[in-house]
Amino acid sequence: MRDYGKSIEEAVKVDPFVLAPLKLHYLRWVLFDVGSGLHFMYQGIFDTDFDKYIEDAVALFNKTGISTVFMNLEGWPEDWKTNVTAVISFFREHQCPSFLEYGEYPFVSTTEIKKALKLKAAFSNMLDQMQ
Amino acid sequence: MLELDDIQHFLIARPPALAARYEFLSFRSAEGAQDWLAGILAKVGTAQAVGSSQLDSKWVTIAFTWNGLKALGVDDESLASFPEEFRQGMAARANILGTTGANHPDHWIGGLANPDLHAIVVLFARDAAERARCMREHQYYISRCEGVELLSSLDLEALPPFEYAHEHFGYRDRLSQPVIDETGVEPTPGSGPAIKPGEFFLGYTDEEGEPAGLPQPEILSRNGSYLAYVRLEEHVGAFREFLRQHGETQAQQELIAAKLMGRWRSGAPLVLSPDKEDPELGADLQRTNDFAYAEKDPYGYACPLGSHIRRMNPRDTATNMKRRKMIRRGGTYGPQLPEGAPEDGKERGIAAFIGCASLVRQFEFAMNVWANDPNFHELGNERDPFVGTQDGTYDLTIPKRPIRKKITGLPAFTTVRGGAYFFLPGIKALRYLTALGERSHTRGA
Repeated sequence: MRDYGKSIEEAVKVDPFVLAPLKLHYLRWVLFDVGSGLHFMYQGIFDTDFDKYIEDAVALFNKTGISTVFMNLEGWPEDWKTNVTAVISFFREHQCPSFLEYGEYPFVSTTEIKKALKLKAAFSNMLDQMQ
Repeated sequence: MLELDDIQHFLIARPPALAARYEFLSFRSAEGAQDWLAGILAKVGTAQAVGSSQLDSKWVTIAFTWNGLKALGVDDESLASFPEEFRQGMAARANILGTTGANHPDHWIGGLANPDLHAIVVLFARDAAERARCMREHQYYISRCEGVELLSSLDLEALPPFEYAHEHFGYRDRLSQPVIDETGVEPTPGSGPAIKPGEFFLGYTDEEGEPAGLPQPEILSRNGSYLAYVRLEEHVGAFREFLRQHGETQAQQELIAAKLMGRWRSGAPLVLSPDKEDPELGADLQRTNDFAYAEKDPYGYACPLGSHIRRMNPRDTATNMKRRKMIRRGGTYGPQLPEGAPEDGKERGIAAFIGCASLVRQFEFAMNVWANDPNFHELGNERDPFVGTQDGTYDLTIPKRPIRKKITGLPAFTTVRGGAYFFLPGIKALRYLTALGERSHTRGA
């Protein structure tokens, strides 16, 4: 499982924007033991409409190797590469909806945040040059 | 290789027709429908013939809704193997497509939202007179086929001047079409690489690999495509009034018109000609598509981020573009509104088909994300000015130095008057459909 983390790290090192199409706020991979053996948790917050972008995601999974973690899961559709409907169903069936969510910056996408930071840097740069 | 002799010509090439007629049919009996199909089959144009012959009477195109396949007698197992969105039909997908408000299926005409819509027959003709002859011939033919009824029809005609294709607002059309791999056609500069046939025709390798999950039996799905049909009324009077409100001079009005589309009316793209119309560029197919956005115009100072062509084909500013290509067909209907004439209240517009192998991945994605997502490109409160659902509450931002121009409350220039999902079968599949009863032994004597 941890090897899989390395493969993603490597993919991001090669191309820092490799995951950009997923419009993620963050992804977390956690291994933990609550007394009944080792558990794995995958948690992601992203801006895109899940159903609409799942094809893009599957293509990206293939490219980066993110897929390997899912392929080891029970019930993961064997024809996942070509059967997007089955992948959507798998995620829908195994997803645990949150009962409460809080956002410090509500309704702002990561793209907007990245743009704002870029603007801040440009503005700061401009002020420096005006001295 | 593409089996051109088994593919209907419709998505491969356009016959040299200036007129057409769409007839929407309803089947009351499977036998009657099969007999009708058997009798007209010889007139269906194949992809192989389209490149080799003159326009003759063989330019009929036939496609079916899911309800139509059912009415023809396709068995339950086979019907269930078609994808969900096609089984449901376009009207049921209104929320996904964004066809709400005035565009909602409740207001559609021609019986297109009706489950009784079973088939479309496209009759291509050299001109209106030839079309009248085709219509009479088909009318007579239908009258002899029991249980086949004409639900509604639509007459189409190219708008003069005929030298180039354009729609009622006056924009040059058909500039951006995907090129299908293996057809030997070289994509024009900027049009991107040729696209694998499986993106448009069932049974072939697509951009992801081997085809999978195709409807069964294979003979029915192979060489077929899905068609999304949309009848889009164009409010020419309202459009011209809008241009007058936002531009004092003719030149200013033309600039606003170009900013809405992303191209000048000649087809010249704003990215290549940001300040002035350039008809020569518009007509030069080697140059008119040869541009992208990421490097040349990232902020939309030339071509606004929310303009029609930038939404419907984001080029290098979206991912996975090879899986989102669509083949566009169709034409204009209704009388031309002369320049300077007041709105006459007559319906005019474009009746278009989007051909693809996946309605969800290609057509619905474009409508949901590109046309109707108000936050596309982080715009916040905008929709496509022409194919997005507009109700006067959305804006259009035109990036400009030093201060941008923001038009609030963009009016609706178009209204969706109808639509449907069709399956366009191959020739062998059409033949298979004429003989269904014999296979399942349910057909009487």
